[in-house]
Amino acid sequence: MTGDKPHFDEMLLPDGSVRAPYSEFCEWYGAQDASRLRTKARDAENFFRRTGITFAVYGEEEASERLIPFDIVPRIISGREWARLSRGIEQRVRAINAFLHDIYHRQEILRAGRIPVELIARNEAFLPQMIGMDPPGGIYTHIIGVDIVRTGPDQFYVLEDNARTPSGVSYMLENRETMLHMFPELFRKVRVREVSDYPRKLRRSLAASAPRACNGPPEIAVLTPGIHNSAYFEHSFLADQMGAELVEGHDLRVVDGRVAMRTTQGYRAIDVLYRRVDDDFLDPLTFRPDSALGVPGIMDVYRAGGITIANAPGTGISDDKAIYSYMPEIVEFYTGEKAILENVPTWRCSEADSLAYVMEHLHELVVKEVHGSGGYGMLVGPAASRKEIAAFRQKLKARPGNYIAQPTLSLSTVPIMTRQGLAPRHVDLRPFVLVSPNGIDITPGGLTRVALKKGSLVVNSSQGGGTKDSWVLDE
Amino acid sequence: MLGKTAGGLFWMQRYMERSENIARLVDAGFRIALTRSEAAEDEWASVLTTAGVRQAYAQRYDKVDGSSVINFLLRDKTNPSSVMSVIEAARNNARLVRTALTREVWEATNECWMTLKEALRTQISDNELPDVLSLIRQQSAQVRGAQSGTMMRNDIYFFAQLGTFVERADSTARILDVKYYVLLPSLSYVGSSLDNVQWETILRSVSAYRAFRWLNPGETNPRNIAQFMILDQVMPRSLSFCASRMASALEAIAREYGGAGDSLHQAAGLSQELANTNIDMIVDNGLHQFIQDFIKRNNSISAQIEQEFRFYH
Repeated sequence: MTGDKPHFDEMLLPDGSVRAPYSEFCEWYGAQDASRLRTKARDAENFFRRTGITFAVYGEEEASERLIPFDIVPRIISGREWARLSRGIEQRVRAINAFLHDIYHRQEILRAGRIPVELIARNEAFLPQMIGMDPPGGIYTHIIGVDIVRTGPDQFYVLEDNARTPSGVSYMLENRETMLHMFPELFRKVRVREVSDYPRKLRRSLAASAPRACNGPPEIAVLTPGIHNSAYFEHSFLADQMGAELVEGHDLRVVDGRVAMRTTQGYRAIDVLYRRVDDDFLDPLTFRPDSALGVPGIMDVYRAGGITIANAPGTGISDDKAIYSYMPEIVEFYTGEKAILENVPTWRCSEADSLAYVMEHLHELVVKEVHGSGGYGMLVGPAASRKEIAAFRQKLKARPGNYIAQPTLSLSTVPIMTRQGLAPRHVDLRPFVLVSPNGIDITPGGLTRVALKKGSLVVNSSQGGGTKDSWVLDE
Repeated sequence: MLGKTAGGLFWMQRYMERSENIARLVDAGFRIALTRSEAAEDEWASVLTTAGVRQAYAQRYDKVDGSSVINFLLRDKTNPSSVMSVIEAARNNARLVRTALTREVWEATNECWMTLKEALRTQISDNELPDVLSLIRQQSAQVRGAQSGTMMRNDIYFFAQLGTFVERADSTARILDVKYYVLLPSLSYVGSSLDNVQWETILRSVSAYRAFRWLNPGETNPRNIAQFMILDQVMPRSLSFCASRMASALEAIAREYGGAGDSLHQAAGLSQELANTNIDMIVDNGLHQFIQDFIKRNNSISAQIEQEFRFYH
């Protein structure tokens, strides 16, 4: 879609002068030789390729490992802006955990009539197996990656909460490493808050949620679907950085009431499993019987307090796109405060009035599948052809409950480096949040995704988006 | 360490080693083809046999000619033992055991794969072959260098070592298995120029032509070559050297794990026997039988390692 509407430029004021957070960077940038910067940008690409920071694209035989393009202009957030943002994120994450506990226990929020019962009862993301279950430490979402977009100086909207198995944190870390490697002098000039201790914090955070059965230092492992998964690089990266074993389903089995991994010296019990496998595949005895990615019997061990699964099964009910529209109510219900971060106004197509409105206004709305992700299966009205809209209308008519619609937001822009110099492109931000019984920790910054095509609002890497290093200034 | 990880390290190294061995065989074959065109076809046929792909080759080509053999051995993806196939397999295993590798080892392995994928993308002509072969040597040297310089000497390193020496022992033994008859003391061939060519090929296929001449100045005879290839204690590709390295890697693992299994007993036994015998006894009892027996025992050690350290189950 095109960005006809005026948008918020994070670097430049309307009169063309530089906003305060970018002033030192721009001073440095102005003194650089453009061809040297282009060489550096190519170096960065080679560095990513050599390191193997790639993602797999499903259904493509050749070039099945691709790089996510990296732009060397950082996205800069002031200390003040970050303070407000992180308060908002913390509030939201707290509410999500309270909501998950409630929805799998007394369901006060349903009794209070704040959320319609059908929305939970008929939702595939709601796992009846989790009812009455108390996860170790009371934590449901150990790791969250909230997708945030900005439309004005103080206007931040949450697009998605990503409370299942958010990915991208390895890019946040590697982008920073790359920048430090390429432009050390820049980091002497501008004081940027560190992100590199994320893996250590992740480990500490997971260890703090060890189950009852754990005696001694917690054994932590990362569960991956395997080397063909699109995020395998990240799984191995995180395991490596944390000093944890990277396991697949076939390395694991239940031994003496514990989930154990097959080592060269026999089976060893795992205390905390950071799983990057979806709920459906976790336990063939409980969920999909055809799953070879999980561990038969792990849910029984989990229910008996023999293992911590991070994130807990069933957290998907909190980032379901239909539930999303109720987030302001959810935040208020559990924290007693108004939500600091805004929610994008959302039409639930399951409701007749909303559906009628959406049908009328398809050309100006973004329509998403309730359970979709990665930018697949969505309609971006203003960018779609008549034919595409007509085809989508049929899908919408057939299964209205499967869709929600939102207005197209005028996303903020940050410049990228092009052959013609700096040019504004639309961005979003995914900060990474760790939750443990000891509290909530938000790594300053996060992953900035950028739509590389001029005017495009689609930042997903699967659809031609790139990434940037994201700086929070140490002020 | 996960059993799967130990298996991945073992196979990563077997494949890395195999890529070098295949490149060496091609190098030696090419050398003969250049200098003795009348012996070329036989030589390429025995290279295919040594690499264990004679049948697979015959399914794709009607006749044995240098260019087809070279391309089949270096870049044919349908040949699971081609350099490209084994480098890809090595790199897939490296991805699988990424957390057990240092950043340097992983990057060298990944770069080796990227570089060779590019270099082996199109048909290789005779003119390009020397450069391609030295690129393969150089890339695997970089992986080996990163391993030697950055890995801790714990079980991770020793499982990788086991892969190297099991594969290398197998490769040297196969070379001998195919060429054993030229090492037999046979009156009819003594001193003939054909023998000289065959002897040279054997030494070149283990990259030890020069080393042998230094160690045996002026005395190139089948007995010395057999002794060198089988029993030499310092030649890094001799059967004895490989067996002794396998045994010491398994010993190191046993020390770390606080107990030894049957694989160590087998490897130490084999190493000991090779140290206690001499080449005349081997030849008297039957060189071919000896080599076949060695290949069997090497395979059995490999299978025992696999089972003992729970690579798959």
